Amino acid sequence: MTTTVRELGPYLALLLVGFLPNEIWRWLGIVLAREIDEGSEVLVWVRAVATAVLGGVVAQLVFSPPGALATIPLLIRMSAVAGGFLGFVIARRSVFVGVLGGEIVLVLGDLLWRL
Amino acid sequence: MFLFRSFQSSGEPQGPQGDAVSASGAFARGLRAALNSVFVYVLVGTYIGYGALSHDLGFSLLWAELSTAVMWAGPAQVIVVSTLGSGSTLIQAAVAVALSSMRLLPMVVALLPLIKTPRTRYRHLLLPAHFTAVSVWVEALRLVPGLPREHRIAFCNGLGVGLMSPALLATVVGYVLASQLPTLFAAAVLFLTPMSFFVSTVRNSRQLVDRLAFALGIVLTPLFAFAKFELDLLFAGLVAGTLAYGIHRWRAARR
Repeated sequence: MTTTVRELGPYLALLLVGFLPNEIWRWLGIVLAREIDEGSEVLVWVRAVATAVLGGVVAQLVFSPPGALATIPLLIRMSAVAGGFLGFVIARRSVFVGVLGGEIVLVLGDLLWRL
Repeated sequence: MFLFRSFQSSGEPQGPQGDAVSASGAFARGLRAALNSVFVYVLVGTYIGYGALSHDLGFSLLWAELSTAVMWAGPAQVIVVSTLGSGSTLIQAAVAVALSSMRLLPMVVALLPLIKTPRTRYRHLLLPAHFTAVSVWVEALRLVPGLPREHRIAFCNGLGVGLMSPALLATVVGYVLASQLPTLFAAAVLFLTPMSFFVSTVRNSRQLVDRLAFALGIVLTPLFAFAKFELDLLFAGLVAGTLAYGIHRWRAARR
């Protein structure tokens, strides 16, 4: 149980630590989806949970970000999300403009912060 | 003719000539939809960052490519390369990946009922389920309802191949460029994931129940995490999604 991933070798580690704990959710999804039809009411609930979890992932990545993103102050990360969303709304729901806008706010914000 | 029909209903993927042609047509449509998707840019940026990170943490290029192909889940891949380098235990790393990838379960359950037919077998769903990541999910949910049901699996596979191929290429580019990329660039490509998840989910949320679920998920997850709740993502997602669904039912009943 205290085996470190480094001792395993990279390819066995990819299988045990990367592939299996990731793919298991997809396999479980195939099994659970078997009984559900397109028009069923359960599907509305499942989609709501999936959408809520995505919201949670966004919050996680912004509030406790991985690696290099953590070098950018929280205030700038939050402003970037807000700026991206504003761009998305102004550009009539364009995902491209939303993402680009968020990135511009993030990069310019960080550059100005470091001046 | 009768024989042929019963052969078909046994669930074999091989259909009559016309079906085969239009199935490959649906696959090609999926490929085209992928290349026209904004997620091509998002994935290229994200995987340039991932390739660079794998290089910096001492993995081989083959390993980096393989991990993108077999995992196909950006946040989990970042966790794997980080933990593999840090000397965490096997269990810690596997749990971190499993928690991060939990979102795939409700996504697969929400997508597959739209693309399967009564003849579809488990093995036909393995590939579309494997391709299910936020990028493919968002585009598939948006585009699949306009397609004939028997072509939807082929379309999703085309979409998956069309989005994964640029990502695999970008992994190589990032790996090769690694040492020349500044920290701000690494931060900016990591930000592509939350930003694109945010706007693409909002774009897809046409109904109140989905918008509400998304907003509640954003608000509740940090609260659950703040309360030091293990499995915060799972429980916050279940609570937020169920709350949104409950409000949706309540409003429907009042009408």
